[in-house]
Amino acid sequence: MRLELSLIDYLIMIIYFVFVIGIGWFLKKYMKNANAFLEAGRSMPAWVAGLAFISTNLGALEVMGMSGSGMKYGMLTAHFFWVGAIPAMIFLAIFMMPFYYGSKARSVPEFLKLRYDEKTRALNAFLFATMTILASGISMYALAILMENVLGWDFNMSLWISALIVLCYTYLGGLSSAIYNEVLQFFIIVIGLLPLVVLSLQDIGGWSGLKDSLATIATAKGYAPDVYTTTWKHAGDAVANPMGTAWYGILFGLGFVLSFGYWCTNFLIVQRAFAAENVNAARKVPLIGAIPKMFIPFLIIVPGVIALALFNDPSKHFTLPLDASGNPIYDYTIIMLLKQYLPAGVLGLGITALLASFMSGMAGNVSAFNTVWTYDIYGSYIRKPTGNEEADGKHYLHVGRIATVAGVLLSIAAAYIASKFGNIMDFLQTIFSMINAPLFAVIFLGMFWKRTTGHAAFSGLLIGFLSALLHHGLTAPAGATTMVKGGWITILHTYPVEMAQNFWTAIIACSIATIVTVAITLVTKQKRTEAELKGLVYSLTPKLEEEDVPWYQRPSGLAVIVGVIFVILTIMFW
Amino acid sequence: MVDIRIPIGLMFSIFGVIVTGYGLFTISDSEMYVKSLGTNVNIIMGLIMLAFGLVMLYLAKRKKKA
Repeated sequence: MRLELSLIDYLIMIIYFVFVIGIGWFLKKYMKNANAFLEAGRSMPAWVAGLAFISTNLGALEVMGMSGSGMKYGMLTAHFFWVGAIPAMIFLAIFMMPFYYGSKARSVPEFLKLRYDEKTRALNAFLFATMTILASGISMYALAILMENVLGWDFNMSLWISALIVLCYTYLGGLSSAIYNEVLQFFIIVIGLLPLVVLSLQDIGGWSGLKDSLATIATAKGYAPDVYTTTWKHAGDAVANPMGTAWYGILFGLGFVLSFGYWCTNFLIVQRAFAAENVNAARKVPLIGAIPKMFIPFLIIVPGVIALALFNDPSKHFTLPLDASGNPIYDYTIIMLLKQYLPAGVLGLGITALLASFMSGMAGNVSAFNTVWTYDIYGSYIRKPTGNEEADGKHYLHVGRIATVAGVLLSIAAAYIASKFGNIMDFLQTIFSMINAPLFAVIFLGMFWKRTTGHAAFSGLLIGFLSALLHHGLTAPAGATTMVKGGWITILHTYPVEMAQNFWTAIIACSIATIVTVAITLVTKQKRTEAELKGLVYSLTPKLEEEDVPWYQRPSGLAVIVGVIFVILTIMFW
Repeated sequence: MVDIRIPIGLMFSIFGVIVTGYGLFTISDSEMYVKSLGTNVNIIMGLIMLAFGLVMLYLAKRKKKA
């Protein structure tokens, strides 16, 4: 399964490295204070921040994992990009962004501090900081191991080099550099993977040829012939589709709880919108990001679906490495397709696209980590602002830079731990991913119900998180052999597939957080005055004035366009 | 601050030239392009990238004038 690269492929990669570092170097002179370094001076045009918004999310694990899921579950995987993303992105843009951006909070934890209190902020800040380091360590490990197995690169070398390049440009140019590079990386990912989609589709005989090949495979497994090329048609019953999830699980678990939890509260993502130049630009950021988001399935899921057909057709000679129990390792789908179809030259572009996706994801983690560390942890517990704006700006810039270096080093450490104790890292990541669902409940109640109190929010977050943990400890997916997948207390319930367990963990966490927050609000007293809550709560904030621009350039007009494309795609691939 | 379209335009123009050039250089190597179903993908992708790079540079230049 070795893949040989030529000189031209390395040349392309090196030019790409020169440009990403060059962008950081060029932006260095603008980094005069913490505001420029950690918040990009709130100066980004909507389209730049919008592409960065989607690019951060398009990390290496996303590209590798989602094409792998395409091979496993077929077009059903597109739910993660359509119903599992678009409604939440529209909601964030239209309803939540005015309070996020208008509050002048520099991070999601800081919003919690402004709306609720210090302890709610602290809880979120510490959990979030740990989660970002884990996430970037795990994706770094995944990339390095892939490069070692397929390209024969030394594990340590690819780990350190890729991390140091990210460190270089985020250290030099801060969030601006991360955002600018994410835009560049977005275009590389699209252009680098484009020939793969066209060639593999041509090879399998176009969409209709693909449908025919998959029909045989689906029938042999006992599914309806078109199960791999449709999204909702066979979601009536959990056993009728390979994802093992029925429509209500997809709609509420993925489309509501997981997706709103991720898109509306994850600071890694939301930070890109915070960097926009004004409130209307900030509202347009998720909507501009939503347009490419809807088409990414054609770039990374469709090749995965094609890989399933190729894998079952001996005449195509398409192989995937197998794990110890003889199952294909799905994460290798995209790189094995690159090997199958791309000759030297475009192959270099394809590999560069994978590296770019890794860097955009990691830079996102690092730039979110350094902001939360500097403002929410260092700035509130170690050294509070002195009031001298200029001196503070310089001091926190320095702290932000050190946090950037520390964040990268900690990620590297996490990557090494993942290489030695993979299960422990998977387990920790599963646990920390449980912070989002209760967080959405708490932020949503805070924005739309002025009565919600700080004690209630803190308890909601904590109890929501603990109940997710408890659910994970008491249930397991069928056939799970390790404790990592759940059931580490005792197994009370078994889910048919892991995905169903994830959905239910999130649903339970979000519901319990909501109930606890509402209940405690009703028995505690609101300490914040209405004046303090102005700009943070819907009913106490004056309505935004619409800009004087054509309807399609307004957030509401864009939201309609995004909504219409979403509906058309859903119907086309029903 | 700098217009991001400039570095994007520059990088893709360079990629375009290199990859198209490589495609022309290997134009008679039919064995190399068996993988890509007989298509010289380097020439095609090279020209796409060159066009994209030049459009980006043009857009950046037009904005600077305005």
